[in-house]
Amino acid sequence: MKDALRILALLLALPALAGAAKPRLVPDVSQNSIEIRYSFTGAELLLFGAILYPGGRAPDANTQVAVVVRGPTEPLVVREKQKVAGIWMNVESARFRSAPAFYAVASSKPLSKLIDERTAAIYELGLQNLQLSPGTGNAPEVQRRFEAGLIDMRRRQQAYFEDPKGVTITEGVLYRARLTIPAQVPVGNYTAETFLIQDGKVIAGAVRDIRIEKTGFERFVAWAADRWSLVYGLVSVALSLLLGWGASAIFRRG
Amino acid sequence: MDIYLPIAGLSVNALVIVALGGVVGLLTGMIGVGGGFLTTPILIFYGIPPAVAVASATTQITGTSVSGVLAHRRRRGVDYRMGAVIIVGGLVGALVGGFLFRILQESGQIDTVIALLYVVLLGTIGVLMGKESGTALGIFKAREGKKAPRRHNPLIAVLPMRWRFYQSGLYISPLAPFLLGLGAGMLTVLLGVGGGFIMVPAMIYLLGMSAQVVVGTSLLQILAVTAATTIIHATTTKSVDIVLAGLLLLGSVIGAQFGARFAQKAKPELLRMFLAIIILAVALRMAIGLGWRPEEIYTVQLL
Repeated sequence: MKDALRILALLLALPALAGAAKPRLVPDVSQNSIEIRYSFTGAELLLFGAILYPGGRAPDANTQVAVVVRGPTEPLVVREKQKVAGIWMNVESARFRSAPAFYAVASSKPLSKLIDERTAAIYELGLQNLQLSPGTGNAPEVQRRFEAGLIDMRRRQQAYFEDPKGVTITEGVLYRARLTIPAQVPVGNYTAETFLIQDGKVIAGAVRDIRIEKTGFERFVAWAADRWSLVYGLVSVALSLLLGWGASAIFRRG
Repeated sequence: MDIYLPIAGLSVNALVIVALGGVVGLLTGMIGVGGGFLTTPILIFYGIPPAVAVASATTQITGTSVSGVLAHRRRRGVDYRMGAVIIVGGLVGALVGGFLFRILQESGQIDTVIALLYVVLLGTIGVLMGKESGTALGIFKAREGKKAPRRHNPLIAVLPMRWRFYQSGLYISPLAPFLLGLGAGMLTVLLGVGGGFIMVPAMIYLLGMSAQVVVGTSLLQILAVTAATTIIHATTTKSVDIVLAGLLLLGSVIGAQFGARFAQKAKPELLRMFLAIIILAVALRMAIGLGWRPEEIYTVQLL
């Protein structure tokens, strides 16, 4: 539902540019799929493209770009530890129905200088504008505390980040942004959105899909553990028995 | 050398994991404990999700206990009748433990319960073992007029329906070893430990089993229960990481062989003192984790 709204917002931005001959966006991504293999330690994603000015107009220095990469949304529970009888333990909790597993935003200028708060909220630009869909009946200020806690933690894990100078625009025409995706992100469908911003308004936008998936042996193991869990368990036991027995047999001979 | 763990979902340095397995294996060979109480917390400190750490450490213990069981079998140091009773208890305990694990996980208290159990169990065992080995080494003075340990515990003697366990030299109710196995089985699921560090003293001091069969029988129980627990984890929590378990095993089965050779040259009291110090260190680290303000106040659990 929320995704649909966002795409609708993007579509609504398009006619605006057609009428007033506003600049157009030609975006691309370095990879549309990221493969997780045995030595995966994260990936680097390059978002780049060109800004086309209709009628051969000279590039406008006022044109800015923001890019957003977001991962699949997940429902989750955030728990908060408090000291009870000298021990730190989970006491309160809050549910969120749609927290993105990964969210990175890069822009050519700090977001607060690019767009007003309302536009930022519509396009979910910036960490404070993430729509996490709180699911419990907590008081709003409690919910905000949990939201801040979740965002702060994911930020330190590099699953969420903002890079206010991450997009470089060359000669007002070419833009590029480099985003790092850490190793512990979940697999799934990611989206890379690019927004063209002029005078505080989003005048064009584009979405590209990126798929992050396990391949080869890693994919096989994850698949087997999920689909053939009993066989997987038996194989794990067999492997450990074999290794244990093998080592003792080799050492006894030697 | 980074290797991606397909179930844990992150990359680890393979050499660190193999080395960890090696150190734990060395202890296993030297002292005869499974070392799960060391592997699981260290894996969690390293950043492996707790459920994956518990499940994969269980798989590793199966592997390390194999060679021990084989060695004890050759020396006729396994009481199969007693072992069977304890294993049945252990399997029931594993199922109960799995049920408890889910309830605690849903209420968000699993981490606290695990840490508390570790502190209490390891703290107690560590202090007892340290005292005993310290006395044997002459560091502490033995108390005068100490009662000789009773061969028959009155609590166990009152249990009905006695069976004969020839190799253990016992005529007791099978309920006692059954309950003991039940407790150990629960710990295996909850903590990712074999439970040898509790079983062995309990078999000696509570059941009064003859010393030659204690370690072998305990290892047999660990082997069976950890294998069953691996299957339970694989089918319910789906958190057994075969790559992680394989790396740990690679180190530990080799470490265990060297440990066994080393053990023949070292004084057993010294080894037990060494183990007591390690156990107390782990317990202390866990206690600090509970009492000090944690770095992360918030934790996330996916639904």
